[in-house]
Amino acid sequence: MLIQKPSDIPPSEITPEAVYLNRRSFMLGAAGLLLSAETLAALAAKKSPLSTGEPPNSLKDITGYNNYYEFGTDKADPAANAGRLKTRPWNVVVDGDVMKPRSFGIEELLKFPQEERIYRLRCVEGWSMVIPWIGFPLASLLKQVQPTGQAKYVAFETLQRPAEMPGQQRRVLDWPYREGLRLDEALHPLTLLAVGLYGNPLPNQNGAPIRLVVPWKYGFKSIKSIVRIRLTDKQPPTSWNLAAPDEYGFYSNVNPAVDHPRWSQASERRIGEFFKRKTLPFNGYADQVAGLYRGMDLRRDF
Amino acid sequence: MISDKTLPASTLPSASANLARPASRPLALAKALVFIACLLPLARTAWIVVDGQAVNPIEFITRSTGTWTLVWLLATLAVTPLRRLTGWNVLQRFRRLLGLFAFCYAALHFTTYLWLDQFFDWHAIVKDIAKRPFITVGFAALLLMTPLAVTSTDGWLRRLKRNWGRLHRLVYAVAILGVTHYWWLVKKDIRQPLIYAAVLALLLGLRLYWRARPARHAAQGRPTT
Repeated sequence: MLIQKPSDIPPSEITPEAVYLNRRSFMLGAAGLLLSAETLAALAAKKSPLSTGEPPNSLKDITGYNNYYEFGTDKADPAANAGRLKTRPWNVVVDGDVMKPRSFGIEELLKFPQEERIYRLRCVEGWSMVIPWIGFPLASLLKQVQPTGQAKYVAFETLQRPAEMPGQQRRVLDWPYREGLRLDEALHPLTLLAVGLYGNPLPNQNGAPIRLVVPWKYGFKSIKSIVRIRLTDKQPPTSWNLAAPDEYGFYSNVNPAVDHPRWSQASERRIGEFFKRKTLPFNGYADQVAGLYRGMDLRRDF
Repeated sequence: MISDKTLPASTLPSASANLARPASRPLALAKALVFIACLLPLARTAWIVVDGQAVNPIEFITRSTGTWTLVWLLATLAVTPLRRLTGWNVLQRFRRLLGLFAFCYAALHFTTYLWLDQFFDWHAIVKDIAKRPFITVGFAALLLMTPLAVTSTDGWLRRLKRNWGRLHRLVYAVAILGVTHYWWLVKKDIRQPLIYAAVLALLLGLRLYWRARPARHAAQGRPTT
């Protein structure tokens, strides 16, 4: 099978060997490339010094093992059920304590200068992956709406459309899914709005068409399929914190010293590896982000 | 109830019914089939892992062996009620087989945790068992199952006499602990553990009902004038 590839494809877009060797996945991946070549242009993105040098997980792992309760609570549910979600037209309303509240169409968001950011992702359940996202800093978007002096927090909301998101037909969580960051966390250069993955637009099960990626926090903070971003002066309510406040804090920074009440957070299984590895404070991003929490008791503000 | 007279009064595991009798040919065949059926989930799990279909294989093996432990446990506990409701006493002959498979899957489940998941990190394992309630109850269930598996032979059945039945009533505790183990592990969506809990409640409820009924009848007995 001959697939014409533009010369400026980043190395990570080339199908990893593990997937290549798995014929079925390779065929799926090839079908995906063809499809996206026809319908959506591959995303041009420049490399970022903020990327990790660790080898990324395969496209199959990243797109087949997801926590996205809007499409079901099993890890395989999102890949099976997310196909119905319509991601066009798509608008993201940005309002609240800002000088210029407005709505951004997805086409406009795709025109922001895109970067490839290869980040570690640590799930609160104790597994992790390395994912080559394509996206742009959240800060670039927030700059356009000009937060006022009142703004201290940023609240995010996922689409609520039960007809296309079958998981929302049951109240597993209080829909729509909500997340939040402190403004300084939101403006941090690592905080990304991702629109793509492995050089292509985000698959639906990974949070298409636009999602947050906060690599030093547990994965559930990185809210998917965002339709609203609101700047506020008060700490916004967040879905998992509402569901189980003693288990999921507002901050939810990756912290091997603070266990989940029901399981240890000291180590993690990197998908694809046999031995567990030690979990690093702030998921290995302590040098960049520990300063945000100076003077805070992270056992209390977990 | 119509079939009242044909049913045994006690719902406790009856030792004599479990004693091996020379198996007829059809029964031996049926037992072999059940034996193979009990191995199928294991074969499926192995195939999915070897074929590379599981993204997180160790989690998958853990989940799968745990799920099937509960299935065989509930199947074991379903034998007596089914026998009473249908009058098919032959069902009793499959109970030991099902119970031993429950133990076998539980042992695999624990081995997966010990070896593949924790890789014999004893410090972490002891901490897990002591500090994490869902692991504590799961471990307790496995401990309580062990003497039941050991004493499942005809020899032990004869040796323990009446006490065999008493000892094997532990299976009720094992099942309750096992379902609790699953319930406490789930993050939010309790549909699956709820199904297991409902089946267990039904199976235990039937036993309580059958036990309480004669007593209630006696209490309500009309005065003999």
